[in-house]
Amino acid sequence: MSDTAERVKKIVVEHLGVEADKVTPDASFIDDLGADSLDIVELVMAFEEEFGVEIPDDAAEKIATVGDAIKYIEEHKG
Amino acid sequence: MRRVVVTGLGLVTPLGGDVETSWSNLLAGKSGAGPITRFDASDQKCQIACEVKPADHEYGFDPNKRVDGKIQRQVDPFIVYGIDAAGQALEDAGLDDMDDDLKLRAGCSIGSGIGGLPGIEKESIVLHERGPGRVSPHFVHGRLINLISGQVSIKYGLMGPNHAVVTACSTGAHSIGDAARMIKDGDADVMLAGGAESTINPLGVAGFAQARALNTSFNDRPEQASRPYDKDRDGFVMGDGSGVVVLEEYEHAKARGAKIYAEVVGYGLSGDAYHVTAPHPEGFGAYRAMEMALKKAGMTPDNIDYVNAHGTSTMADTIELASVRRLFGDAIGTMSMSSTKSAIGHLLGGAGAVEAIFCILSMRDQIVPPTLNLDNPDEGTEGVDLVPHRARKRTVNAVLNNSFGFGGTNASLVMKKVI
Repeated sequence: MSDTAERVKKIVVEHLGVEADKVTPDASFIDDLGADSLDIVELVMAFEEEFGVEIPDDAAEKIATVGDAIKYIEEHKG
Repeated sequence: MRRVVVTGLGLVTPLGGDVETSWSNLLAGKSGAGPITRFDASDQKCQIACEVKPADHEYGFDPNKRVDGKIQRQVDPFIVYGIDAAGQALEDAGLDDMDDDLKLRAGCSIGSGIGGLPGIEKESIVLHERGPGRVSPHFVHGRLINLISGQVSIKYGLMGPNHAVVTACSTGAHSIGDAARMIKDGDADVMLAGGAESTINPLGVAGFAQARALNTSFNDRPEQASRPYDKDRDGFVMGDGSGVVVLEEYEHAKARGAKIYAEVVGYGLSGDAYHVTAPHPEGFGAYRAMEMALKKAGMTPDNIDYVNAHGTSTMADTIELASVRRLFGDAIGTMSMSSTKSAIGHLLGGAGAVEAIFCILSMRDQIVPPTLNLDNPDEGTEGVDLVPHRARKRTVNAVLNNSFGFGGTNASLVMKKVI
């Protein structure tokens, strides 16, 4: 697992209070990890903080799975 | 007429994370006061408080027992305390798993005096330093006063009245009184009622100190700082925590064989119409609240065995006592009156509910809790049993609980044993 993936996983586990082994790239934040729309806003803020990237609202709306988040961060981080 | 009884209790206090620990420490004469640990208070005029202790403390509170970790991160501590106390009360009443019909007839009235001040303080700094885009999406609903009732209703599926009183330091008593009325009126058969507070943060402590309400001369002797009726008292000690009771319609409780602690028989309310922080100098509002509660109960002062005073360790203590004396007349010589704020500090919006629970336990165990630090009783206290220093066994069949708040808001509750 890449460094980005590890750090994303850690944030998700911390913020959603889910078991680490459930946080797979395919896992959907809402359907599999029990997040609601506000949890996603909070997660996006935490990703921005951790990786120093900006994730605009329209991009954030397309992040549905853990893998989507990792991909976006990999592509946009400095 | 529908009668209202208490069938469950829940407490989070500076003396314990549950009812029995808090109560036994209170009776043992322990103090919950100490130096403020939540933040560096070295630049504050008041540097002490009665904090709810962390889980690893001898009588600490473990939030993980009943409150989801995710919710703990999103909300202010007063909501965490309230959810836990409500859960304790439901478990105690045997109602933590109600059927769907009862859930429609069960509600919440759990308030707070101030609400999420620590979170407001923290996020306003985030806004100022890092801009609006960094403010938490959980900021608003994690600080709102009615979100104890909201969270508890979601957790336990309670679909009856969902209410939250905000009357400063009278909140807890008003919450119980209002919820009892909802049951009397037939709006619900079961109500969780109480209050919670947690404002031991820099802004909260500074604000009360600037209002000249907090003690400032006992920073080196925290356990002696809360001393209601004592000549050397110089302001209240802030406490935090929560108290929640299960109120239930009497026939409903009887039919399911519930343990019945007490009956809520009287509720009185009044306004001072005098000053924003000081009580009416003759205690006129306090007198009328107590008088109304007794009248509703169909009782006279000589029926009351124990008064849990508002008694905050301020100059207002003797004003309250003078109004109790006027109301009770000769009966003042046969009752006991103490201020448990001497041990747990002033829980503000939580105070009235926590103290109502202490009143109920007094009736259960036939013992009255002490007023700590009452070394030199002030003038005007003569001939009244203020239960100095040590708890005392005595007959307790009926109790009066007083709560008065900023804005001149007064509430009194009368409860009695169901025999």
